Amino acid sequence: MSYLLFQGSVVVYVLSVAAYLVFFLTQKTPMRRTGRAIFLVAFLLHAANIVARAVETGHTPITSHHETVSFFAWSLGCCYLSFRWRYTMKNLGVFVSVLVLALMLVAAFSSRVPVPLPPALQSWWLPVHASITLFADGFLALACIGGIMYLLQEREIKKKRFGLFYSRLPSLDALDKLNQHCLSVGFPLFTLGLITGSFWAKQAWGAYWHWDPKETWSLITWFLYAAAVHQRFTVGWRGRRVAILSIVAFLSVLFTLWGVSFLLQGVHTYVS
Amino acid sequence: MSRDAIVLLGVNHKTTPLAVREKLALSSGYEEPLRALRELEELRECFLLSTCNRVEVLFTCTQVERAKDRVLTLLFGQTITAEELDRHVYRYVNSDAVEHLFLVAASLDSMIVGEAQILGQLKEAYRHATKAGCSGFILNKLLHKSFSVAKRVRTETRIGAHAVSISYAAVELARKIFGDLTGKKVLLVGAGEMAELAAEHLVGQGVAEVVVANRTLQRAVNLARCYNGRAVSLEELLDQLQQVDIIISSTGAPDLILHKEDVRPVMRERRNRPLFFIDIAVPRDLDPGINELDNVYLYDIDDLHNVVELNKSERDKEAIKAQRIIAEEKLKFGKWLANMESTPTIVQLRSWAEDHVRAEVEKTMGRFEDMDEQTRQGLEKMVAAITGKLVYPPLHYLKSDNHCISLPDRIKTVRELFLMDNGNGDREQP
Repeated sequence: MSYLLFQGSVVVYVLSVAAYLVFFLTQKTPMRRTGRAIFLVAFLLHAANIVARAVETGHTPITSHHETVSFFAWSLGCCYLSFRWRYTMKNLGVFVSVLVLALMLVAAFSSRVPVPLPPALQSWWLPVHASITLFADGFLALACIGGIMYLLQEREIKKKRFGLFYSRLPSLDALDKLNQHCLSVGFPLFTLGLITGSFWAKQAWGAYWHWDPKETWSLITWFLYAAAVHQRFTVGWRGRRVAILSIVAFLSVLFTLWGVSFLLQGVHTYVS
Repeated sequence: MSRDAIVLLGVNHKTTPLAVREKLALSSGYEEPLRALRELEELRECFLLSTCNRVEVLFTCTQVERAKDRVLTLLFGQTITAEELDRHVYRYVNSDAVEHLFLVAASLDSMIVGEAQILGQLKEAYRHATKAGCSGFILNKLLHKSFSVAKRVRTETRIGAHAVSISYAAVELARKIFGDLTGKKVLLVGAGEMAELAAEHLVGQGVAEVVVANRTLQRAVNLARCYNGRAVSLEELLDQLQQVDIIISSTGAPDLILHKEDVRPVMRERRNRPLFFIDIAVPRDLDPGINELDNVYLYDIDDLHNVVELNKSERDKEAIKAQRIIAEEKLKFGKWLANMESTPTIVQLRSWAEDHVRAEVEKTMGRFEDMDEQTRQGLEKMVAAITGKLVYPPLHYLKSDNHCISLPDRIKTVRELFLMDNGNGDREQP
């Protein structure tokens, strides 16, 4: 059941990306509406997939690599829709849908065999820690997308050569606000994710902090975002610098998610 | 009995240099000149519009030439010579006047085609004219029509939504940088015509304040008054940079007036809120290096030209569409105006009465075609007689010279009384 739902949602995501891309190139409004509607359908299918998988495996489906990445994509969709509900942001959907699809494809190609949860990890900290962290990642991903859009737009305005993006991307100010919004939501969530994680570690392994690679990298990421937030809200950095910092910090998030799991070994590995 | 002519006299930025326009502009407001115009016995109705870019007077009268002369002497006679008047003032009569007014209202005659401000100014001027009791039946209709034409042009074409000139390109860029322009502040450095243009456009976009800095303070004060802004001296430039967001520079200075090193500390003070410099002076006022600073954007006149080129064809297309709308509306108004002569009204009234009488007769007696020739002729005669008796009082009222009520007013009364302009409006007979 969950398998079918997942396949279905990937297919619908592909359709929505296609519609969005057509809209991005032609700027025909009906296409945008279509893209948005399809994206919403895909998102709902995806949500159903996660629920179905939770029922099938009997625990929160954020344990295997497949589940984590899929949930990550879903949380990104969530963040986007929550943002969409408050602000309108020209063509943000195009970028978000592409990233969501990319994550879904990664999830699709990794093993979908449910991993039995070791008894040590069976705790209600699992859904709390994992979902908070992934939602934080969703917002931070959105900040990164905003940063990329900012740099693209700023480049065209600074260089005075107007190409594909000038008319299609929102104003610099709007993109900067997106970054601010996402950082101010994403960073506290990320912090909360770290704290809940350490409580869970205490419960499961008896110590709050292990210095295993995943934890270390999370801390590094946390410091990067702390720097961005600090510079932004106290020193008054904005625009380009914060955009670059958000992108770098998000790369560190991705490394924490994948690099650590596959390159460095530690207690956090999914593939046990 | 012919109806009144509609006459429009005026000067605008196309026909008249700024120096002359400044002299002609009605600096004291609308009340005084409107009162003076009302005193002129040649004019029946009048309306006056004065903005930074134009002065126009619109009136109806019977003797066109005499009225024109009287109005020109009254309004502009003291400020410029007759020869200058001849050279600068354009004169339009009837349908040309209507067309010109529509062009102005739709912002096709503006310095910045498609800017929205002119409609507000037109409405404001109209408010003054009605308050002073200057506009009457015809001008009321004409001005209301011009408002709706402007609205039609705005909604049916995208003339207002495109970068149509350098200054619009600047606004477009500002919008890409700041998003919403409401609440932003503009600093004009130097008071050239181009700077005014851009400022005018920005004001149309709802910027909060216009600050003018100029070498001669008097000129700055004058220009600032145009936009309800304030004037500062050139020495205060750096202080002002901390408060404003958009700087339009157009001084005649031979050297740079602002260097990169001047702006860098300002950005720290501003906590990196973006600054947008527009340098339309030749030679340049601003150090090109300013563009290298973070969150600072500098565009000079050539850069803006490139932006304009991107949008040109689109704009031409929209302008053609707008012209078409105006031609259409001009025809419609002409039709309405034609009804303002007494003949069509009489014809229409007659046929209205006859139709009703005939209908009632047919209701009782059966259809005319089905009757024998004799009865039919008798009844036809009766219909004609009743119609004649019925319409006699209004026709008498229309035709007899009445010294208290003018012909257009009498026509208006009759048309209103008999509901002749209601409904589909296509009841007029050939």
